Amino acid sequence: MELSPTDRRLLAALEDGLPLVARPYAAIAARVGLAEVEVIERLQGLLDAGVIKRLGLVVRHHEIGYRANAMTVWDVPDEAVDRVGQALAAAPDVTLCYRRPRRLPTWPYNLFAMVHGRERPAVLERIGQLRGEYGLADVPHAVLFSTRRFKQRGARYFAAAGVGG
Amino acid sequence: MIAIAPALLDDLDRRLIEAFQRDLPLCAEPYAAMANSLNTTEADLLERLARLEAEGVVSRVGAVVAPHRAGWSTLAAMAVPVDRMDEVAAAVSACPEINHNYAREHALNLWFVVTAESRARVTAVLHAIEQATGLEVLDLPLERAYGIDLGFKPSWN
Repeated sequence: MELSPTDRRLLAALEDGLPLVARPYAAIAARVGLAEVEVIERLQGLLDAGVIKRLGLVVRHHEIGYRANAMTVWDVPDEAVDRVGQALAAAPDVTLCYRRPRRLPTWPYNLFAMVHGRERPAVLERIGQLRGEYGLADVPHAVLFSTRRFKQRGARYFAAAGVGG
Repeated sequence: MIAIAPALLDDLDRRLIEAFQRDLPLCAEPYAAMANSLNTTEADLLERLARLEAEGVVSRVGAVVAPHRAGWSTLAAMAVPVDRMDEVAAAVSACPEINHNYAREHALNLWFVVTAESRARVTAVLHAIEQATGLEVLDLPLERAYGIDLGFKPSWN
């Protein structure tokens, strides 16, 4: 789906979030020059098309006590990675699961999953379980805990480019 | 980073977080509809959301755009000498196209997400960081996303 200029303006206006007022879609509509009902219909269309993957509260896990944040990576053979990735994505405690390119020799891993927990030992135990449950016990892997968060905010596809908003 | 005690959340805060990371009502008064389904008032719900945003528990009520549907993004990694970490991380964070930037335990110890309106712009940002720091940047764009992003399902105990 090619995004129309109007959809891009709408997404740009949403990058800082919906205002906390009784009629937030009307407030966004006024900013982008649409009617409230058009904003609602366009958002439904963008959700149906998969452009917006979710509309709701964006929660920062660290602030609710989930301090152990492990980017867990595996070097899964190419012919198996999609099957493993789909299964792993459905596991409880795995929030995001992506395939990315290897960059040999520096970076040999192609499957990424985020695993969050309150304490490191529990996260490591959970990753151990995942390796057993998803046939990954013999697959090379690494666990990259975060140690410092320098920046965390919503993505800005448009704001930096000056596309409205 | 300063360690801050986890925010104190009451039962209704927790139910709000569990119920509305997706499927925010698409009607004229969504907060009233949410309040109704949580057995509270719209005024209480709006106060809670304002407090959760102020505490950083909720970064925003908004749309999470699927990768590569409205622009381009990548995950980038660098091996930063330990004594240069603060300087390099600050230079990376200063770019408006960077939305996440974390130190991680690995030889590649700085990981950040670059998001922009086009792939060309993302590539230009990576080159600018290489030029400014003299360090190589690994570009690891998403090839495939698995599953559905349901948000974050906390257990509260």
